[in-house]
Amino acid sequence: MTGLTVFILAIFLGFELITKVPPTLHTPLMSGANAISGITIVGALTCAYNTGSPFLANFMGCLAVATAMINVVGGFMVTDRMLGMFGSKEDGGR
Amino acid sequence: MGASTFVGLAYLVAIVLFILGIKRLGKVRTARRGNQLAALAMLLVVIGAVVSLTDRSDAVTWTWIIVGAVVGSGVGAFAAKKVEMTEMPEMVALFNGSGGAASALVVLAYLSGLILPWSKSDGGMNLAQFLGGGLKSGAWDQSSALALSVIIGGITLTGSFVAYGKLSGKVSSNAIVFPKQHLVNLVLIVAALVIGGLLCGVVGSGGAPWLAALLLVLSLVLGVLLVIPIGGADMPVVISLLNSYSGIAAAMTGFVLAEPVLIVSGALVGASGLILTNIMCKAMNRSLLNVLMGGFGATSSGSTEDARDYKNVKSVGPEELAMMLDGVSSVIVVPGYGLAVAQAQHAVRELGDFLEAHGAEVRYAIHPVAGRMPGHMNVLLAEANVPYEKLVEMDEINPDFKTTDMAIVLGANDVVNPAALDDPESPLAGMPILNVHEARNVVVVKRSLSPGYAGVRNPLFEADNAVMLFADAKAALQETLAELKEVA
Repeated sequence: MTGLTVFILAIFLGFELITKVPPTLHTPLMSGANAISGITIVGALTCAYNTGSPFLANFMGCLAVATAMINVVGGFMVTDRMLGMFGSKEDGGR
Repeated sequence: MGASTFVGLAYLVAIVLFILGIKRLGKVRTARRGNQLAALAMLLVVIGAVVSLTDRSDAVTWTWIIVGAVVGSGVGAFAAKKVEMTEMPEMVALFNGSGGAASALVVLAYLSGLILPWSKSDGGMNLAQFLGGGLKSGAWDQSSALALSVIIGGITLTGSFVAYGKLSGKVSSNAIVFPKQHLVNLVLIVAALVIGGLLCGVVGSGGAPWLAALLLVLSLVLGVLLVIPIGGADMPVVISLLNSYSGIAAAMTGFVLAEPVLIVSGALVGASGLILTNIMCKAMNRSLLNVLMGGFGATSSGSTEDARDYKNVKSVGPEELAMMLDGVSSVIVVPGYGLAVAQAQHAVRELGDFLEAHGAEVRYAIHPVAGRMPGHMNVLLAEANVPYEKLVEMDEINPDFKTTDMAIVLGANDVVNPAALDDPESPLAGMPILNVHEARNVVVVKRSLSPGYAGVRNPLFEADNAVMLFADAKAALQETLAELKEVA
């Protein structure tokens, strides 16, 4: 039940935080948020670790770690690259 | 301080950093820092997770983790460095798909009962017991989260890959429809929910892994079927929605692991995706249901709407456009998906610079659904170093078209179709558009008279104040600039 409470509160927080984002930032916001959804890495790490598990389980865990890392590393890096373009221009304009 | 306290604190700090990061992503000035804060939070979470693994008493093998992490980071970093800004929608779809894959894999690995996850020290539900002991009272949120995580993760995975295929042209970007499609989808959705419900009931018995596998297969099929009837130009909505799903899937995994950091960050992503989805739908004056039902433009496109339907179309070349642009004092550029296809963002900036140097005011009118993802045009123009102050939103710039000498439409169609305003029969009726037709002169740079995504004719093309320049946007702009330089 606590989990559900946290979930609902966080949804409301999310709405409050994001409603006013200007359209210019929609793409970086989306790819940044996308990177955050790679938080499932936590679950993935726990799947991959166990020596006692059968090969298949470790393999699936390894795959889960890899896909989550693509999401996380790729997502944050590409967002940074995009936002760098917004930033450099702002500095150049001044 | 014990390891579990450290991990708990690390996760708590991470939650705070995620919230601050997302807040800062909402302002141009702070957005980059916001993204870095979120990345830092993620690093903390990974460190926390690794520390909690080292704290375990039984043998831990790092090989699989390291292999997965190195390969995944490498692929992600390589893709992020190499991708062209014009291909951002495809990239986001792919990353999104990997996130969905991770969610589905995690829960599947648990559910298969192949692994005995560690028991949580804080009294959270032990999954080993959970799988072994069947459904316990009070665990309903976890068991339903388990099923939902598989469903949403599966749909996100294949849905994102189909979206990628449509965006990159590897799959036909037209709406793919077949008879009884909605019925089939409905049956599959109901079936998934029923199996998910069964799964909640039998978790722990021998049947659970097979039910889970069946559920995953069903969800993967659903992901494909739900996205194929939606056409390429509706992809901004689909990508936003799938982004939201991937967040919800992460939150569901958080329920399963009883880990608030996953629940909070997943919910934040889910909320942001939903808001963007809503914005996109409003910008097209269509309901989310209407977009998701798909088939838009599938019936009327092509056949009847060819050049014969247009009368009085005036076609010009780059030299004439250059003459028209010579001496203008105000220009509004309307970029669309054609700009991205032609990679014309640098060419348009160069033309804009030249016009500004000769005293014209140049601005860019951005329709909310221009391009293939929300804010797509803004990113492209930012890449070409167009200051973002010059990018003006629809509502703000629409009154200014009347007093504008020249509107240049670059590979946009439906978002400048006046039929949306004055033809109640049009499929576009009621969609807010950029009032390009009110400008003193309009030039539409487009490869042909072919209809846009909605499959309807565009009266703008035959308006008295409009001329067509049939060419690839990049080539047309470069030639026009060359002509202008000769004149000047």
